[in-house]
Amino acid sequence: MNAVVVLVDVVDGALTKPSKELLTLARRHGSPVVVAVDTAADAADFGADVCAVIPAVALAEPVASMVDVLAAVCAEHSPALVLMTSTIECKEIAGRLAVRLGGGVVTDAVDVKHGLVVVQPVFGGAITLDATVRGTAVVTMRPGSVEPEASAGAGTPVVLTAPATTRRTVKVLERVAGARSSRPDLAAADVVVSGGRGVGENGFTMVEQLADVLGGAVGASRAATDAGWIDHKFQVGQTGTTVSPQLYVALGISGAIQHRAGMQTAKTVVVVNKDRTAPLFDLADFGIVGDVASLVPAIVAEIAARRA
Amino acid sequence: MKILVCVKQVPDSWSERQLTAEHTLDRGAADRVINDLDTYAVEAALQLQETHGGQTIALSMGPELAEDAIRKALQMGIDEGVLVTDAALAGSDAIATSLALTKAIEKVAPDLVIMGVESTDAKMSVVPAMVAERLGWPMLTLATSVVIEGVNATITRQTAAGHDVVTADLPAVVSVVEKFNEPRYPSFKGITSAKKKTVDHWGIADLGIDAATVGTGGSATTVTAAVARPARSAGVIIEDDGTAVAALVDFLAQRRLI
Repeated sequence: MNAVVVLVDVVDGALTKPSKELLTLARRHGSPVVVAVDTAADAADFGADVCAVIPAVALAEPVASMVDVLAAVCAEHSPALVLMTSTIECKEIAGRLAVRLGGGVVTDAVDVKHGLVVVQPVFGGAITLDATVRGTAVVTMRPGSVEPEASAGAGTPVVLTAPATTRRTVKVLERVAGARSSRPDLAAADVVVSGGRGVGENGFTMVEQLADVLGGAVGASRAATDAGWIDHKFQVGQTGTTVSPQLYVALGISGAIQHRAGMQTAKTVVVVNKDRTAPLFDLADFGIVGDVASLVPAIVAEIAARRA
Repeated sequence: MKILVCVKQVPDSWSERQLTAEHTLDRGAADRVINDLDTYAVEAALQLQETHGGQTIALSMGPELAEDAIRKALQMGIDEGVLVTDAALAGSDAIATSLALTKAIEKVAPDLVIMGVESTDAKMSVVPAMVAERLGWPMLTLATSVVIEGVNATITRQTAAGHDVVTADLPAVVSVVEKFNEPRYPSFKGITSAKKKTVDHWGIADLGIDAATVGTGGSATTVTAAVARPARSAGVIIEDDGTAVAALVDFLAQRRLI
């Protein structure tokens, strides 16, 4: 069976959900060969036939060294498909790897169909493309696109070594890690609650409260981040994070096309806005025309009451 | 120091974007503008030039009309422009585009290449990495600031929870994010003087590129179908009449979202 090389991510001793999605997709197209840093964790439970692990200390630089490792694994297994998650870092790895392998890249894909037809939404999801790739297809997948399913694989362990390189390297001089949020990662969250201009300067507390009661991530429109009400890293949209959650709740967001581009593949969209003419209502599965400041605390209380 | 900044002309994301029958971007269908995110790269190049002197060059690839994006960069203050334009390049994917840009960069031989983090049309954000790979240069991604000291470029990048400080020797490729700066508006003087600045047009023969390696034929990816997303079926929109909260929570429960 053809090998499918899968770059996975392990956090707190377990595969991340997007990595489980990659493996579930990989199994449909061949025998998954997992590449992981330090540990492949429970990859064999999700169908990995080979668990190839590179020690973190062997990676001189996070991106280019990983490209070296993946190129070596691809040389050994000759995969027709390489899968990774659509993160900024993986897109750089994917671009470099495709050049190295003489293949092609598709990023932000939502599916790989039979015959390695890659499905990619463009223009903010307004159009969906089917694409084929000549040579090895290096595909980065949007989190939340595949339902992860467990399935036992052979899980043969392999320890990789970093290939020698004469390349000029990038050195990390300083890495400052801030506090890790207890909320899920915005890009991969099943639920995202976003606030915009309509929530006001002090409104993000209630956005967070609703996100927490729904177990979701907090997002924002560019209007809110530009106003300085919340950090830019929470921005959903064209120049921010693209999300594809089960539930997207937009509070006080009018819905500029740039914002819609980042969220319109959400399965269910809920919109609360006092302006009935807000364009985001066109995408809403459920919309309330009303005041965010009074409605959101009431929604939080209602959900809490029903669970009690 | 020679700083090259890549700019791209894209359809205005505020206007309707369409594909041609061949599933490539219909560049005639929408208003064309300079890729918003590239203006931050232009600003970064200008600030570095103000500190270190030297020369700035704007590079673009596209049809003749794409010169407008270069002119915008010249109006902002970039010294000169290069447009890689050739009928053979039409339909190039990221792989083929990165090849043509790399050949042009090798010809200009800059110390630093600055790019925006992605274009607002294709949004693939892989071309900078591909160019760096082809050049064999280190790449510093997602810079919110760039400092040049001697032969080193050092950037700061914001990460999910904190920030990294990352360095590499020149020549290098740097991609900048919009947190970098606020791009300047062209001054009246800038607009006037831009008219006198040179924009060279290079075809693939000028760059020693084999026509078979670019354009549709040289691309690794082929789009086989393009389908417009079906319109979302109209949802329920209600006025807040006092029952809206309960109705919403019923809706969420029905869909098993709470």
